[in-house]
Amino acid sequence: MSGSPARARRREAAARLWRAYRAHRAGLFGLGVLVLIAAAALAAPLLVEGDVRKVTGTPGGPLEPPSARFPLGTDQFGRPLLGLLLWGARISLTVGLLAAALSVAIGAAVGIVAGHYGGWFATLLMRITDWFLVMPTLVLAIVLATVMSRDVWTVIVAIGVTSWPTTARLVRAQTIAVESRPYIERAKALGGGHRHIMGRHVLPNVLPLVLAQTTLGISAAILTEATLAFLGLGDPMVISWGGMLQEAREAGAVSSGHWWYLAPPGLAIALVALAFTLCGRAIEKVLDPRLGVGR
Amino acid sequence: MTAARGYLRYTAGKLGGAAVSLLAVLVTSFFLFRIIPGDPVKALTHGTPTTAGQLASLRRQFGLDEPLWRQFTEYCAKALTGDLGISYQFRAPVGELIAEKAPATLLLTGVAVLVYSAVGLWLGARSAWRHGGLGDRINTGVALTLWSVPSFWLGLLLIITFSVGIGPVPGLFPTGGMESGDATGLGYAIDVAHHMVLPVLTLVAVGYAQTLLVMRSSLLDEMGGDYLTTARAKGLRDAVVRRRHAVPNALLPTVTMIFINLGHVAAGSILVETVFSWPGVGGLFYQALSVPDLPLVQGLFMVFAGAMILMNLLADLVYPLLDPRVRR
Repeated sequence: MSGSPARARRREAAARLWRAYRAHRAGLFGLGVLVLIAAAALAAPLLVEGDVRKVTGTPGGPLEPPSARFPLGTDQFGRPLLGLLLWGARISLTVGLLAAALSVAIGAAVGIVAGHYGGWFATLLMRITDWFLVMPTLVLAIVLATVMSRDVWTVIVAIGVTSWPTTARLVRAQTIAVESRPYIERAKALGGGHRHIMGRHVLPNVLPLVLAQTTLGISAAILTEATLAFLGLGDPMVISWGGMLQEAREAGAVSSGHWWYLAPPGLAIALVALAFTLCGRAIEKVLDPRLGVGR
Repeated sequence: MTAARGYLRYTAGKLGGAAVSLLAVLVTSFFLFRIIPGDPVKALTHGTPTTAGQLASLRRQFGLDEPLWRQFTEYCAKALTGDLGISYQFRAPVGELIAEKAPATLLLTGVAVLVYSAVGLWLGARSAWRHGGLGDRINTGVALTLWSVPSFWLGLLLIITFSVGIGPVPGLFPTGGMESGDATGLGYAIDVAHHMVLPVLTLVAVGYAQTLLVMRSSLLDEMGGDYLTTARAKGLRDAVVRRRHAVPNALLPTVTMIFINLGHVAAGSILVETVFSWPGVGGLFYQALSVPDLPLVQGLFMVFAGAMILMNLLADLVYPLLDPRVRR
């Protein structure tokens, strides 16, 4: 029972956040796009008949242009491109969400620990963070994906462990700011240990920042996933938008001018990445009104 | 006197930090390529039937039968003298291969960074000066949209539209490469520039958003400054206040960014060079990946990481010279 006033307060804060968020038209647009695409991705097995991974016994002829039967045309195996596009949404969203979650989890953990403990340990952690910050993220992710086995988890790990440093820096600064407040001193005086202070007091205060970082991180992760797949480093058994572009290129779609094969997957990647960026920026502005100058 | 000494100490600190970072890259790339795949020889012979005897002799050839610490010291000594090993697929020293391809990448990325810095700074300044207006919203909207576009896809679309040609649009630009033949002198320069249009356009479109956003927020920070009120009170025209007073101060944080972008763009060129068959290190990286040619991937990883560290160092060293406020 003792937790319920705090919970009510948090629910109220969330409602306030949502009201402020609704005022950002670009953010609402992003959210709407995401809901639509997520729904399409979830419904893919219902909307697309048959197994799109099979390259034999396909419904259409190879490389058909858009028609009434195949609205986006077919690929070189005769698979309908619309079906592939819908299935591809699943992997893009999954990898984007999981990779961003992994990256933000690492960043938040490093940031909170470094900000809470201080001393030589924190200095060492931040040195490592700075080092990762100057690494070319894409190259590091490519190298990791090259030396590890070809599957979806490799891609998630490769993106996650290379993109956390920005979050770590932001969370550390926020942790230090929170810990300088009197109520932390009170918690310490009442006998709160390190874990209690980090988990119960610092974490809830850095969560909004972490949320904004996650949303922005997802669009970066989706772009990186598409890039890795395009370079042939994704799971060859999984249909993804980046992989579709690679197949289109290998099927000679560029030199034969098959723009209808190339355009949709890239548009889908850009749309999802843009939608997450818009949401992330809107959340950022809601949390820090100072950024809201001239929206 | 003390200021000069302070800068000297600052420089020494930054140089030391960069040296440690470079060392860390050296160590990381050793373990990344030796520990994770388990056995480089297995990776090398992957897919081809090999007897145990052949594996052993390959191991001896690459020095993999020695204890790990011996391999490590040998690797460090070699890397420090510029010896990055022999490429599996080209049977040539990795260092030479990279040096041969570097000028093309430097040309492409140098031009791209110059163009998109100029575009980003100009549009960013305009956006901030009239923030909240229609122009600002269109500007940031377009920049963010282009930023979300995968560069390789934009490159492919540009090739389809302007090189292959769609419908009435004729093929205006070459589909790839850097030169088309035996032109010399001025003709050669024009030919290379002609080949460069589409790749540079791709890099600029995808990259200028960041410069724009940083310039915009940096100028917005300056716009509250009292010195601008003073300048206006003196009766200066709005355009002069912006050009002479606000923009120079707002430029400072973007200088750092331009250096860092130079490092990033070298890595980002991997995709654009691949799509446009540009004969640079990015395209080489792609070729190395598809084998995978581990010594070449490793060498290029070190070169890309080294370039980033160097650019960050340069930014750190130049910044205090430009902005006396951060001088210690």
